[in-house]
Amino acid sequence: MRFVPVTVVHTGVANLASVQAGLRRAGAEPVVAEDPRAAEDAERLVLPGVGAFAPGMARLAVCGWVEPLRKRIEAGRATLAICLGMQFLGGSSEESRGIPGLSVFAEGAKRFPGHVRVPQIGWNAVTCGEGLRYLCEGYAYYANSYRLDAAPQGWCAAWSDHGGRFVAALERGSVLACQFHPELSGPWGIGLLRRWLGAGGSETGSC
Amino acid sequence: MLTRRVIPCLDCRDGRVVKGVRFADLRDVGSPSELATAYQSQGADEIVLLDVAATVEARAHQADTVRAVREGLSIPLTVGGGVRSLKDAARLLEAGADKVAVNSAAAAQPEIIDALSAEFGAQCTVLSVDAADDGRGGWRVVVRSGKEPTAREAIAWVREGVERGAGEILLTSLDRDGTRAGYDLMLVRQAARVVNVPVIASGGAASAIHFFEALEAGADAVLAAGLFHEGATTVGDVKGYLSSRGIEVRR
Repeated sequence: MRFVPVTVVHTGVANLASVQAGLRRAGAEPVVAEDPRAAEDAERLVLPGVGAFAPGMARLAVCGWVEPLRKRIEAGRATLAICLGMQFLGGSSEESRGIPGLSVFAEGAKRFPGHVRVPQIGWNAVTCGEGLRYLCEGYAYYANSYRLDAAPQGWCAAWSDHGGRFVAALERGSVLACQFHPELSGPWGIGLLRRWLGAGGSETGSC
Repeated sequence: MLTRRVIPCLDCRDGRVVKGVRFADLRDVGSPSELATAYQSQGADEIVLLDVAATVEARAHQADTVRAVREGLSIPLTVGGGVRSLKDAARLLEAGADKVAVNSAAAAQPEIIDALSAEFGAQCTVLSVDAADDGRGGWRVVVRSGKEPTAREAIAWVREGVERGAGEILLTSLDRDGTRAGYDLMLVRQAARVVNVPVIASGGAASAIHFFEALEAGADAVLAAGLFHEGATTVGDVKGYLSSRGIEVRR
């Protein structure tokens, strides 16, 4: 078995154990990077995210990740953004008003409405929009209080519902951004990681 | 739509899963990693691992157990037992826990909830509450694995915990735990009503019907230990039953 090399951005506060274990199960060999040059050099890059928007973005800024990450994602290079990592791609978040994200797209993360359980913790059904390469229908594990309620232009989207429809995941080029945790989403999540890891290979689009 | 979760609980001591935790006669029921992966294959939505010994000497051992369980799991893992500081929580998260549960330490020093939530996020901070009937239609918080009653009123404590930043409540009825009489539905109903975060019902499950009742009472997730360890039923069977009663579960 050939292990696929993948670089995981060390975001400081995030717990990387589950992400690394998940990637290993999907057939990857994860390496953790603290140096932002990895955003240019790495063939496949994972941007995990656990914690809050402002400290996370501050950490990316201090370590010099912001511009290299933005360039990489705009170029559609193989990048997997998870949970808060996906929210970093947007322009802002209601969690930390006035703090800009990477602004790959303008849309910002908004808090779930008050009539449903917040945080959303648990498994939610994912339905697919058009043009997706990696995603397929199934149940995904979420642990979030904020989400995108509309898909940015130029991105293909998958959807879930929690007090209204929200963006479960986005794809553009070889960029996959998931609001859920693929590494905690059972065999379905591992399958998704495998398809993304095989980006450009024969495994893509095998939903 | 968000599905309801069925969560097997592994009560661990010295790296082994034991049964009869809050009672005198502890019995060894197996290895945490083997049981966790077995429940995962049965369709468990999450695993909760509670270390009941959690003495200073057992600390290093606890992280090893978490690491071993994590390697085989592709579902979330919540770990509790003896968490008294941010450092304790960080150690468990680094070992592979996805959520950390605080119980006795929070009842003694509620600020630990604020600190955990600020550092790791509400979605990572579980307040575990052991509640006992106070004989006057309410419940008291009991700490140290059910040994030490406190002056705290359980429902008020649940509310305070969420205001302080807990993102989930693990609510155990000490009166029902191990009795096979079903969950304390009044307790579940009241807790689920006063907070907006998910509530996990625990204590007393002996049949699939008990799980259904707790979910009907407002629980977002149902937890059980002995029932699954004995092999009396499987997670898959419970979820099949819940689904047949119109409860949405991940299949």
